[in-house]
Amino acid sequence: MTFAIKVNGAVHQVDVDGDTPLLWVLRDVLGMTGTKFGCGMALCGACTVHLDGVAARSCITSIDSIADSKITTIEAIGTTSAGARVQQAWLDREVVQCGYCQSGQIMSASALLSSNPTPTDSDIDDAMSGNICRCGTYLRIREAIKHAAQSSSGED
Amino acid sequence: MMIQDRKTSPVPCAGGSPSANGLSRRGFLQTVAATGGGLLLSVSLPLRRGAAAPAGTVEFAPSAFVRIGNDGQIVLTMPYVEMGQGTYTSISMLIAEELEVNLAQVRLEPAPPNKKLFGNPFLAGEQATGGSTAMRATWTSMREAGATARTMLVSAAAKRWNVDPASCLARNGEVVHASSGRSVGYGEIAADAALIPMPDSVALKQPKDFRLIGLQAKRLDAPAKVNGTAVFGIDARPPGVKVATLAQSPVFGGRLKSVNATAASAVNGVRQIVQLDDAVAVVADHMGAARKGLAALAIEWNDGPNAKLSTQDIVDDLARAMLGSGEVAQNIGDCDTAMAGAVTRVDATYQLPFLAHATMEPMNCTVHVREDSCEVWIGSQVAERTQAAAARVTGLPLDKVVVHNHLLGGGFGRRLEVDGVTRAVQIARHVQGLVKVVWTREEDIQHDMYRPSWCDRLSAGLDGKGTPIAWTHHFAGSSVIARFLPVAFNKGFDPDSTNGAIDLVYDFANLRVEYSRVEPPGIPTAFWRSVGPSHTVFVVESFVDELAAAVQQDPVVFRRVLLDKAPRAKAVLDLVARKSGWGRQLPPRAGRGVSLQFVFGTYMAQVAEVDVASDGTVRVRRVVCAVDCGTVINPDTVEAQIQGAIMFGVTAALYGEISIKDGRVQQANFDSYRILRMNEAPAVEVHIVSSQEPPGGIGEPGTSAIVPAIGNAIFAATGKRLRKMPIDTNALRQPT
Repeated sequence: MTFAIKVNGAVHQVDVDGDTPLLWVLRDVLGMTGTKFGCGMALCGACTVHLDGVAARSCITSIDSIADSKITTIEAIGTTSAGARVQQAWLDREVVQCGYCQSGQIMSASALLSSNPTPTDSDIDDAMSGNICRCGTYLRIREAIKHAAQSSSGED
Repeated sequence: MMIQDRKTSPVPCAGGSPSANGLSRRGFLQTVAATGGGLLLSVSLPLRRGAAAPAGTVEFAPSAFVRIGNDGQIVLTMPYVEMGQGTYTSISMLIAEELEVNLAQVRLEPAPPNKKLFGNPFLAGEQATGGSTAMRATWTSMREAGATARTMLVSAAAKRWNVDPASCLARNGEVVHASSGRSVGYGEIAADAALIPMPDSVALKQPKDFRLIGLQAKRLDAPAKVNGTAVFGIDARPPGVKVATLAQSPVFGGRLKSVNATAASAVNGVRQIVQLDDAVAVVADHMGAARKGLAALAIEWNDGPNAKLSTQDIVDDLARAMLGSGEVAQNIGDCDTAMAGAVTRVDATYQLPFLAHATMEPMNCTVHVREDSCEVWIGSQVAERTQAAAARVTGLPLDKVVVHNHLLGGGFGRRLEVDGVTRAVQIARHVQGLVKVVWTREEDIQHDMYRPSWCDRLSAGLDGKGTPIAWTHHFAGSSVIARFLPVAFNKGFDPDSTNGAIDLVYDFANLRVEYSRVEPPGIPTAFWRSVGPSHTVFVVESFVDELAAAVQQDPVVFRRVLLDKAPRAKAVLDLVARKSGWGRQLPPRAGRGVSLQFVFGTYMAQVAEVDVASDGTVRVRRVVCAVDCGTVINPDTVEAQIQGAIMFGVTAALYGEISIKDGRVQQANFDSYRILRMNEAPAVEVHIVSSQEPPGGIGEPGTSAIVPAIGNAIFAATGKRLRKMPIDTNALRQPT
């Protein structure tokens, strides 16, 4: 069956079963490999994308559930204000190690900051505890989110 | 994994006579004109720190290459892979420091598979990245390579200008003649430099003159990892590739009995079902269809001889092995006599579980098998073994197998193994065209190769002053080395399994350590972050704590008096005590625990602070770490590696367990094999001791040190000694 989905501002027609998770449409059909596979059960957050600006786990988001929602992935998150600040903060605070989970971490963090510009530690825990990092970069992720939050204080 | 001995290895090593033009007397550098212009340096990584080269016996065998192109770009080809540990950046810093270029001018290329060229001198010549060895193997040679190239570039420029080389200096990728105001870029002079005879010796910079080493450098791999453009093995998409996922026999050693593929074949996008002796794969247009197809398969298995195997059977085997004696790994003094005279005697048994790696990037491998060749796309710690595995399965000669190595989404030892390559090539042989085999998380956890399970028995005798006068330690478990690197397994002595159990920092007059190799039936074992010490340091440092408690001494004071012959160990212990506020009062059911170790060439002490809730739940609140890893190359990487290694160890202490029932792994995904999350992460403080000793390893020590620190902190908080990991919260529940 054919579905039209809006990814990073462009409309794509894809011919897959309706229960196909968005993750595989992005990675294997559209070739956008920045979004990662980690668990397939929404347990690790590596596959996080935004649906209309809200963080969603693409590994359990079936293609027939998306309808007109705007999908944003790591490839385009830098075009949003929060996304660009988060990416810069990740570089400033030297967050990454292996880097595999970081697409998902950045997507969760930028969704957090766009809805809550000045998150507390507990807000950060709530938004980020669904994202696993096996390299253990959590301390730097927390610092980077705070840094990105501060860097927005002059804006908007 | 510290293997610094390869007596019987035939792999070429450093040294050799000046048999070729341009080969230096030092024997590990060679310079030639680069293809396409410029200067090419070949570097042979030394056998080991300070080892004398066997004169005139071995041919020059480079293991790294530095190319200075006509465009001034410096390309470094290295055998080490980037899996998060920052090696790309740190090795580039060594070259850039002496070559007098900016880090941005160095580009790193992963080496193609070739054990002869790219063998790791610390891993018996294996082309492998592991065991916290990369910086130790490159520290001197890469700086000498940079200094040699710099000297030749300066000489070439001086010759062109007809001035004294001593009046020129190298700076920012240029040679400058200050008095005449002339300068020339490295790219422009590189071809001339290739014609200059290589100097016999070059002076290395003094640490006070370092402008990169020891200062924080930005990771070169970071920008691509924050915008989705970094390409990991799983991201390889050669044109036309299909995607497959698989089910392997759930029981170790089982076989496929039958498959009904009718429903699976009907799934939209499924192209093929591949049956192997012990696995089934579904090949499809995308992973969504492959997974749906896999779920639709009706598979029957012959479970085979391990059908009833359980964790308890394995523990029983290990315990039985300890009833006898083991191979003696170290014997100092006379333990039996000393023990007979002890005033206090302490005995304990310890037990550790199998652990999975659970790299965030699940196992995967992309393969194209053709009649006369094979191509492999993967992220691997062992490019050469990958090539060999593909050659073995296809029957092709090595030179017909091409390996494209990629970034690794976590290694931790898992990607030192090639079982996933073998499996993918087995499947690909049945597939027309290219196929990417991606394991589900469940397959990844249930068909990992596991950190061995261990049992330990320890006894110690102490005199009337509370000083240990006898220490015996016998342990049993799988030897990964015996399978992975048989040449390094010598009459029961295993340099990995015993690392951290022998050559202790403590000055024990009488010590005996025995090891019994016991392989679990059917269950594959492998290296895991911090390898042998992940077991030995937990046991040794917990038991030292037990001894302190038995003679009612403070754990830091008790350790300290045993360190007169280990000043660097004493220094990190003192530092961690000071920085952690050791001895300061904590609330009820909170506690501090200390650990001390010397493994991977690095001294480390940690203090963990824990809270134990009334239901027994343990929260690791804060960890203070003092480290002396010799000369620090990139301090930010040292801190990052220790932070991450601590999270890895806290995960193991709180949750890490792979258990077996009916021959099957009981854990399957991140709900049953839990990984520490953001809301559980302790604060970590890292304090680095300034040192000019050669660098030690830093990727792994943090993991082995944290687990006993947590156990000791729980003892301080509750009086309960945990001799088994992971933490049993039931044992810590407060009686109501």
